[in-house]
Amino acid sequence: MHGDRAVKDDKAMVGGFGSIDGQSVMFIGQQKGRNTKQRQMRNFGMANPDGYRKALRLMKMAEKFNKPIVTLIDTPGAFPGLEAEERGQGEAIARNLKEMFMLKVPVICIVIGEGASGGALGIAIGDRVLMMENTWYSVISPESCSSILWRSWDYKEQAAEALKLSSSDMLGNKLIDGIVPEPLGGAHADFEEAANKIKNIIKENLTELLAMTPEERIDSRINKFADMGVYN
Amino acid sequence: MTWFQRKDKGISTPTKEKKEAPDGLWYKTPSGKIIHIRELRSNQYVCPEDDYHVRIGSKEYFEILFDDNQFKELDEGLTSGDPLDFKDSKKYPDRIAASQKKTGLKDAVRSGVGKINGYDLVISCMDFSFIGGSMGSVVGEKIARAIDYSLKHKIPFLMISKSGGARMMEAGFSLMQMAKTSAKLALLSEAKVPYISLLTDPTTGGVTASYAMLGDFNISEPGALIGFAGPRVIRETIGKDLPKGFQSSEFVLEHGFLDFIVDRRNLKAKLTSLIKLLKN
Repeated sequence: MHGDRAVKDDKAMVGGFGSIDGQSVMFIGQQKGRNTKQRQMRNFGMANPDGYRKALRLMKMAEKFNKPIVTLIDTPGAFPGLEAEERGQGEAIARNLKEMFMLKVPVICIVIGEGASGGALGIAIGDRVLMMENTWYSVISPESCSSILWRSWDYKEQAAEALKLSSSDMLGNKLIDGIVPEPLGGAHADFEEAANKIKNIIKENLTELLAMTPEERIDSRINKFADMGVYN
Repeated sequence: MTWFQRKDKGISTPTKEKKEAPDGLWYKTPSGKIIHIRELRSNQYVCPEDDYHVRIGSKEYFEILFDDNQFKELDEGLTSGDPLDFKDSKKYPDRIAASQKKTGLKDAVRSGVGKINGYDLVISCMDFSFIGGSMGSVVGEKIARAIDYSLKHKIPFLMISKSGGARMMEAGFSLMQMAKTSAKLALLSEAKVPYISLLTDPTTGGVTASYAMLGDFNISEPGALIGFAGPRVIRETIGKDLPKGFQSSEFVLEHGFLDFIVDRRNLKAKLTSLIKLLKN
């Protein structure tokens, strides 16, 4: 499916209906591209506001036809460009956060690569938020964190360490709900096997979520995120 | 032989006994206008000569908005933890302690409930002086609780944003505060309780991409910087200089993301009329 019905079709964000063993599902995710030409077309997986609005349009459609939603997150961040600001990057992400909490259908979000900042969160409000074993998810990329806190890109390893952005750290801090194991050597070593593992996890979680009423799902989705935070 | 004979000795006071001229009596705006602090204060911290809106904090906004500065502060005791044991050039708890000492604040937001021109209002207001107004767990939680209070008592909610975005030292936790506050605002919206978002200079990053842009009314002060990405990041990304006035509140209004811009001297009257219109 293409387009946000307002400005354009953002090629960094893709989505459409698919099927898992007979169950129709709305899939939405960032797309980075696999070679230089594709990466340019996909803007390296950095969506503009139009991408977030397309995602929301598809989610609302899924809700209308009562189909569960699966989002796949892989982005170095929302695009920091001139036109992105003109068309309201902040507003587009904010609206998605708010609207996703009220979706009546099950929502499963899986980080499959990079999960950076609001650009990732903009499609990552779900009943289940999962990370693949070797991915990262945080408020900022280690590169940018290094350049802000140490004023140089040379401290990115140190920044990555400090941000506690790995799947096990994120699970330990109760900021995600689970980890999808990867095949030996990582997901890139065996796409088929990695995809199978994701499929099984989606099916398991969908069974649980479909047993709940929409109100129960919305309540527990809100309560889960409302409990995140450490203070005295 | 010298032409003049110095009769008195030169400066003979040792540096450590030097008397400082009292600091902060005068304020100079970016366009060079100079104004006495007392006059600035009686003018809602707006310079009368060039209408420059000086950055102020929660104390000043509460003073300007609440009738007779009477309000009940909500959750004033909340302070930050250090969930990630974070350290850059300084340990995070040390940074918090230093900021608390410098500003006299507990964290980067304060909430209060009181009356403006007789109408009930809950206000959460950010303080930029506290680690750049950055949003960590305390900020998220205090805003969430202020919204809960609005929801429970059916009182309109005003959020005054002033922030550089998420607080890096709380990484994943600070990211999730965007989600938490948006969830609460979704509930407020369902309950049809009005939410006014005032974006002040500067409002950027994760704050713009969550509660600041979710108002029933998004309003701002003149000349405020409002954006998602900061201007420096955008300049580096596109490799060009940014157009004049880019990301100013006037620019954001023109592109359709604000309802109106209000001079701080009319803020209280304007808010009152909005609340009144929705109530009657």
